[in-house]
Amino acid sequence: MSENVNPAELQKTCLYDRHVALQAKMSPFAGFMMPIQYDSITVEHNAVRQKVGMFDVSHMGEVFVEGPEAEKFVNWIFTNEIRGFEPGKVLYGMMCYPEGGVVDDLLVYREFAPEHFLLVVNAANIDKDFAWIEEHAKGFDCVVRNESPVWGQIAVQGPEAEKIVVEVLGLEKAAELGFYTFYDTEYQGKRLIVSRTGYTGEDGFELYTSPEGTVDLWDRLIAAGVQPCGLGCRDTLRFEAGLPLYGDELSADISPVMAGLGMFCKYDKDFIGKEALLAQKGGEIARKLVGVEIEDKAIPRAGYPVELEDGTEVGVVTTGYHSISLDKSICFALVDKAYAALDTPLWIRIRKKVFPGKVVKKRFYQTNYKK
Amino acid sequence: MSKIVEGLKYSESHEWVKVEDGVALVGVSDFAQKEMGDITYVDMPDVDDEVTAGEEFGALESVKAASDLISPVSGKVVAVNEELDEAPEKVNEDAYANWIIKVEMSDPSELDDLMDAEAYKAHIGE
Repeated sequence: MSENVNPAELQKTCLYDRHVALQAKMSPFAGFMMPIQYDSITVEHNAVRQKVGMFDVSHMGEVFVEGPEAEKFVNWIFTNEIRGFEPGKVLYGMMCYPEGGVVDDLLVYREFAPEHFLLVVNAANIDKDFAWIEEHAKGFDCVVRNESPVWGQIAVQGPEAEKIVVEVLGLEKAAELGFYTFYDTEYQGKRLIVSRTGYTGEDGFELYTSPEGTVDLWDRLIAAGVQPCGLGCRDTLRFEAGLPLYGDELSADISPVMAGLGMFCKYDKDFIGKEALLAQKGGEIARKLVGVEIEDKAIPRAGYPVELEDGTEVGVVTTGYHSISLDKSICFALVDKAYAALDTPLWIRIRKKVFPGKVVKKRFYQTNYKK
Repeated sequence: MSKIVEGLKYSESHEWVKVEDGVALVGVSDFAQKEMGDITYVDMPDVDDEVTAGEEFGALESVKAASDLISPVSGKVVAVNEELDEAPEKVNEDAYANWIIKVEMSDPSELDDLMDAEAYKAHIGE
């Protein structure tokens, strides 16, 4: 996650001073100086799995689209189907290049006002995404606004997340939300979006509001004893839950079909990249993303080769850990499609040694989403 | 502040060496274990493997990252600390009490290229 960048060029989220005061280990990520961990990754990971934890995700990007042709436009750049999708709902999908590679993966919120949408994109891609969105919005009767700098965001995640947002923050309506739905309210005179979404495999909420409101929410959650969690465990949690990270499992070179995320692409509509993805779906792909489990405590890391028994290289690890919740060494790997079937034996080269393993389901951990 | 033990020799890559009866015990410093965070796996060589000063002989793995272990001395591995297979967290608990490998040195003069406690303290800037 760390990057070689000039510290002077790094952005700070509205919660930066809070992280420093908590003596978090800070590191550059996606152009922001972000907390990697406050205590230990294991402690923070387990807090989210067993109780509740919270993340500063203010670095994420918020792009608003509105106008008479907003739906038509969003449906053109987005792989998933937003027609017939009701106000108050959230949908996951991608924006793709015509060749099928991914510009970004994102959430689309259908707002309560007609023809209003919120697109939540990855921090590292805000500028690229907004340029892409603006460029493609030409010719549609809608306006697009990048409001990323004026929104903060906190993710409260874990089995006790509902109790916390209701009892500590007084957001009673949060309890009525189903997974991937949201409602609007106000906090300190500014809009607050309460969204039952997350990136951990647990139930939870993402709270979007002004930077000032975000700091206030954070302080109240800290006072209530909620464990602050850094990007370190955000990655271990999302990985166990089988969720991709843009740059690792999705990229300009890794399409949703290759990543096994074809269910988020709907082909009974037109969208940028549709033809290429349909061809890939029909078999025109070289590699597929799989889960691999190895029989050792050695840890497969991004970039390590995936081999056959005779040493032939057939793929590469994209993310790997010794899973905290499962106590197993597992990884995502991009492999030649001939070796992508479940239970296929594969070997992973970890430094000087080679460890046997097999293809397993990518959702390593049984997720606990609110129905 | 990281703990530094007097009487040990230290490498720039944060390994320590303690010589007992002509055999070099090699571990990592308290500074290194703190930098790594929770250690979840120690990748060690096999007994009788040759190690070379300045070259990698294994790795420490935390949840987040792998960090190469660089041998401060050359020679033959005569023992590996098998306790760390089952309990890698011992390196976090006491980095100096838990050696990783024992090396029969082929060139003990290499010890002169390492830092003493005072120089190592300056090296880590504490």
